[in-house]
Amino acid sequence: MLEPVNISLESLNLMTLAPMLIPIVGALLIIVIDTLKGGLHKTLYVVLSMLFILMDLGALTSASDTFSINGTMMGAFDVMLIDGLAILSQFIIVGASLLFIPLALTSKRFHEFSYPEFFALFLFMISGFQFMVATDNLILIFVGLETASLALYTLIAMHNRDKSFEAAVKYFTMGALAAGFFSFGSMVFYALTGSVEINQIATILAANNYADIGYVLVGTVFLLASIGFKVSLVPFHTWAPDVYEGASAAMAGYMSIVPKIAGFIVAMRIFEFLIHSNVVWLEVILYAVVVVTMTAANMWALVQTDVKRMLAYSSISHAGFVMAAVMIGTTQSNSALFLYWILFAFTNLGSFSMLWISRQKELPNGQSSDHSYSKFAGMIHTSPVAATIMTIFMLSLAGVPPFALFWGKLYMISSAITAGYTVLALVMALNSAIAGYYYLKLVVYMLMKEPVNKHNGDVFSGNATLPLKTIIGIAAVGTVFAFVAVNPLLEFVTAFVYNSGY
Amino acid sequence: MIDHILSILIFFPVVAALFGAMVQKDSIRAYGIAVSTIEFILALWLWYAFDGSAAGMQFMESIPLVASFGINYTLGVDGISIFIIILSTFITLIGIASLGDIKNIKNMILTLLMLQMTMSGVFAALDAILFYVFWELSLVPMLYIIGAWGGPLRVYASIKFFLYTFTGSLIMLVGMLFMAYFYYQATGEWSFAILDWYRLILPENFQLWLFAAFFMGFAIKVPMFPFHTWLPYAHGQAPTIGSVILAAILLKMGTYAFIRFSLPLFPDASVFYMYPIAILAIIMVIYTAMVAYAQKDIKQVIAYSSVSHMGIIIIGTFALNVEGISGSIFLMLGHGIVAGALFFLVGVIYDRRHTKMMSEFGGLAHVMPRYATIFGIMMMASVGMPLTINFVGEFLSLLGFFKQSQILALLAGVGIIVGAIYMLASYKKLFFGEITNEENKNLPDINRRELVALIPLTILAIWLGVYPKPVLEPINNSVETIVQLMHDKAQTTEAKSRIPSPLKVLAIPKSLEEAH
Repeated sequence: MLEPVNISLESLNLMTLAPMLIPIVGALLIIVIDTLKGGLHKTLYVVLSMLFILMDLGALTSASDTFSINGTMMGAFDVMLIDGLAILSQFIIVGASLLFIPLALTSKRFHEFSYPEFFALFLFMISGFQFMVATDNLILIFVGLETASLALYTLIAMHNRDKSFEAAVKYFTMGALAAGFFSFGSMVFYALTGSVEINQIATILAANNYADIGYVLVGTVFLLASIGFKVSLVPFHTWAPDVYEGASAAMAGYMSIVPKIAGFIVAMRIFEFLIHSNVVWLEVILYAVVVVTMTAANMWALVQTDVKRMLAYSSISHAGFVMAAVMIGTTQSNSALFLYWILFAFTNLGSFSMLWISRQKELPNGQSSDHSYSKFAGMIHTSPVAATIMTIFMLSLAGVPPFALFWGKLYMISSAITAGYTVLALVMALNSAIAGYYYLKLVVYMLMKEPVNKHNGDVFSGNATLPLKTIIGIAAVGTVFAFVAVNPLLEFVTAFVYNSGY
Repeated sequence: MIDHILSILIFFPVVAALFGAMVQKDSIRAYGIAVSTIEFILALWLWYAFDGSAAGMQFMESIPLVASFGINYTLGVDGISIFIIILSTFITLIGIASLGDIKNIKNMILTLLMLQMTMSGVFAALDAILFYVFWELSLVPMLYIIGAWGGPLRVYASIKFFLYTFTGSLIMLVGMLFMAYFYYQATGEWSFAILDWYRLILPENFQLWLFAAFFMGFAIKVPMFPFHTWLPYAHGQAPTIGSVILAAILLKMGTYAFIRFSLPLFPDASVFYMYPIAILAIIMVIYTAMVAYAQKDIKQVIAYSSVSHMGIIIIGTFALNVEGISGSIFLMLGHGIVAGALFFLVGVIYDRRHTKMMSEFGGLAHVMPRYATIFGIMMMASVGMPLTINFVGEFLSLLGFFKQSQILALLAGVGIIVGAIYMLASYKKLFFGEITNEENKNLPDINRRELVALIPLTILAIWLGVYPKPVLEPINNSVETIVQLMHDKAQTTEAKSRIPSPLKVLAIPKSLEEAH
C-alpha cells in the first residue's frame, strides 16, 4: 500500500499561479460565450480580453508587493518561482499585451479578428509566456514555451494572406527545431545531474566541480541554439524577417517584444550560473554571438527596401544588444536589460503600430511591398503629425537623446564599461552609429522626398481609429517623456533584480 | 525669474515652436521674429545680470533627472559660454528676420526655434549627459534644414552630416561613461556633473585614452582635418540660413567642448597631444586655405575658409595659456559673426542669380555698391585686418601659441596670409573689373530685409574689433580659473611647465592697459 499523499494546501502557495490562471479563465470564457451565441462583434472580445489582462496586471501588482516584502516565493510543488525577474518580465509581457490588443479595432476589416478563437488563443499565449518566465523547472519552461508558441503560430496564420501561411509554417518549422534542441539540452543536463531544476543543476555541477565539462558544453550549446531561435540571434534568425513580413504589422511588433523577453529570462536563468562559474568558453561563444548578431543584423538592415523588414532586422540587432547584458551578467547589466526592453517596448510597438495604421488592402502601382520606403515619401506634406511621430520613433530606435531608447543604450553601455568590457562597449556604440543610417533613411523619405504616388495622405492613416491613435499616442508620450520615468524605473528594476540574486 | 533664466532661455523657444504650429502660415514670419526677439532680449537680460568680474559659474540650476545614476539637469554659465549663447539667440533672430521667400516657411521657422533650444542647451549644460542630449538633438533640426531646403545633393549631404557627427559623439559617449565610472570608483557615487569631474585627477594613461575618445566627438564637430569632409558638402547644399547657423554656432560647439571638457579634465593629456593637434590644426589652416583658393563656387570658398579659421581657434585653445584660450573663445565669437555674415552675403547674391559660381559674376561693385561695401568690410574682418573683430582673436590665439612654439605659430601665421590671398582674389573676381555677364547689369542692390541682418553684424564686427574689453574681460576671468585648475591638476613636470599658472602672468594684460 502506498502512503496517502498528504500535502497541505497552504504549502502549495496557489496564489503564485493566479496571474497565469486569469488569462486562461478569460480564454475559456471567450470560447464558452462563442459556443452559446456566435457571430458577436469583435469589440466584445477585445474589451473582454482587455479586462482579463487588466485583472492579470492587478494580480501581478499584488505579487510584486508580496515580493518586495517577503522576497522570492516558491509555489505549486516548488515548481513555480516568483522572483524579481519573473515579476518584471511578466509586467512587460502583460503590459505589452494590453497595448497590443486594442490594435485589433481597425477601421478596415481583417478577418482574423472576427474569430473569437483569435482572442482565446491570444490569452492562452500570454499565460504560456507567464509560465515560461515564472519557473526554473526546465520542463515547465518547455511547456510554457510550447503553449505560447503553438498559439502564436496560429495567430500568425490567421492573418490569411499568402505570405502569412508561409510565415506561420516557417516559424512553426523553426520553432519545432528549437523545441527539439531545448528538450535535448534539458535531457543532457538531466542525465548529468538527475534534476530539471536549474538551481539544483547549478549546485550539483558546482559540487563535482564541472567534471563532465564536455557534456555541459553539449547541453549548453543545444539550449543556446533553442533560445537563439526564440530571441532571433544570428545565425538562428533566418525566420524573423519573413515571419515579420507575413504577420500583420501589429502582430510583428508584438512578436518583437514579448516572446523575446521570455526568451531572455530563460537565458538569464540558464546562463547566469554558468558564466559566474568561470566557464570561459561559454563567455567566448556568447561574446561572438552577441557581436555577430548586433553587427550582421545591422548590415542586412541597411539594404532592405521594406520598412517592416528593416524593423525586423533592427529588432534582431536590438536582441543582440540585450543578449550582451545576459553575457555581462552583473546586477547593473541585468537591470539594464529590463530598462532597455521596457523602453524598447514603447518605441517598437509604436513604430509597428504606425505601419499598422497605414496598412492598405491592395498594393497600388509602383509599390513593391506593403510598407516599402517609397510609400512614405513626402509624408510630412500630407500628414505632418503622423510623420513627426514616426520620426520620433525612428530617432528613439537610433538612440538619439532624449528619446526613450537612448537611456536604455546609455545604461547598457555603461554596464559593459563597469564590468570591464571596453571593446564590447565600443562595438555597441559603433553599431548604434551604423543603425543610425537605416532609421534615418525612413526619416529622409518622410521629410525630404517628394511623394511618389499622388494621394491626399489618407493612406498613412487609412486604418486608424480612436483606439489605435490612443495606443500610438501612449507610445509616443512614453518615448518622448521617457527621461522622467527613467529614474523610478531604474530604481524599481534594480531593486527587483538585486533581490532576486542576479 | 532671473534664477531660472537659463531654463527659460532653453525651453521658451521650444514651447513657442509647439504653439507656433497653430499659427497661420502667412503670419508665421511675424511670430518667429517676435519669439526670437523675446529670446534675444532674455539673453541680453542674462548678460545684464551676469557678473563679469566673477570667475565661477552663475545662474546655476540643478534638478535630479536620473538620481540613482548621477544624471542631473544642471545648468550654469560663465564667461566662456555666456557670449556664445547670446550670439546664438542673435543669429537666430536675424536669421528669421531676413528669411527670404522659401517654400514651407512655417516648418522652417518652427525648426529654427527648435534648433535655438538645442544651441542654448549645449552651452548652458553643466552635466555631461545633458550636454550630450542637446549636442545630439541639435543634429535633427539641422538634418531637416539641409535635407528639406538644400540643393540637389541635399539628402546625401544631410545624411553625411548626421552620420559623421553621430558616430563621433557615440565614441565620446563611451568616454563620458568611462569618466563617470572612474568618478564612481573614486568616490562611490555616480556623477555626470562636469564640476564634479573637474575635481577628479586621473592617471596619465587613462587621460590619454579618454582624451582620444572625447577628441573623436569634438574633432568631427569642429571639424578638424582629416574629419572635415562633411562640412563642404553640408555648406554647399544647405540653404543660406542653414549655413549661417552651422558656421556661426554649431561648429563652435566642438571648440567650446574642447575648452569645457578636454582641457580641464585631462591637462596632462592635453599637453601630451598639444603638438600633434597643433600640427593637425596648422595643416588644416594651410591646406584648406589652399583648397579654398582653388574653388570656383563662392560658397565653397567661405566654407573652406571657415574650416581654416577653426584651425586657428584650435591652435589658440591648445596654447594652454590664458592668452591663447581667451583669444580662441573671442575668435569663436568673431568667426561666428563674420562667417555668418559672409554666408548671408552669399545668400543675397544667390537669391538674385541662383548661382554661386564666381565666373558668372564680375564688376558687381558697379551695380551693387552697398552690397560690395558690406562684403568688403566682412572680407577684411575675415582675413583679420586690425580693428576688426577677428584680428583680436587671431592675434591673441597666435600670441598664446607663440609662447609654446614659435615655429608652429609662425606657420599658422602663414596660413592667415594665404587666407588673405584667396579672399582678396575672390573679392576681385566678384566685384571688380567690367561687367561681363549681361544678366548682372540690372541686379537690384541689397534690400531692407537683408540689411536688417547685415547692418547689426557689420556694426558688431567693427565695434568689438575696436573695443573688445566688455566681452574679453569676463572671458579672461573665467579662462584664468580654468588654466589655474589645469595647472593645479597637472601631474607630469612637463605639463606643469607647459601650463603656466595665470597668477604669474597677470602682469602682461596690465602693461597692455598702461600702453593704451
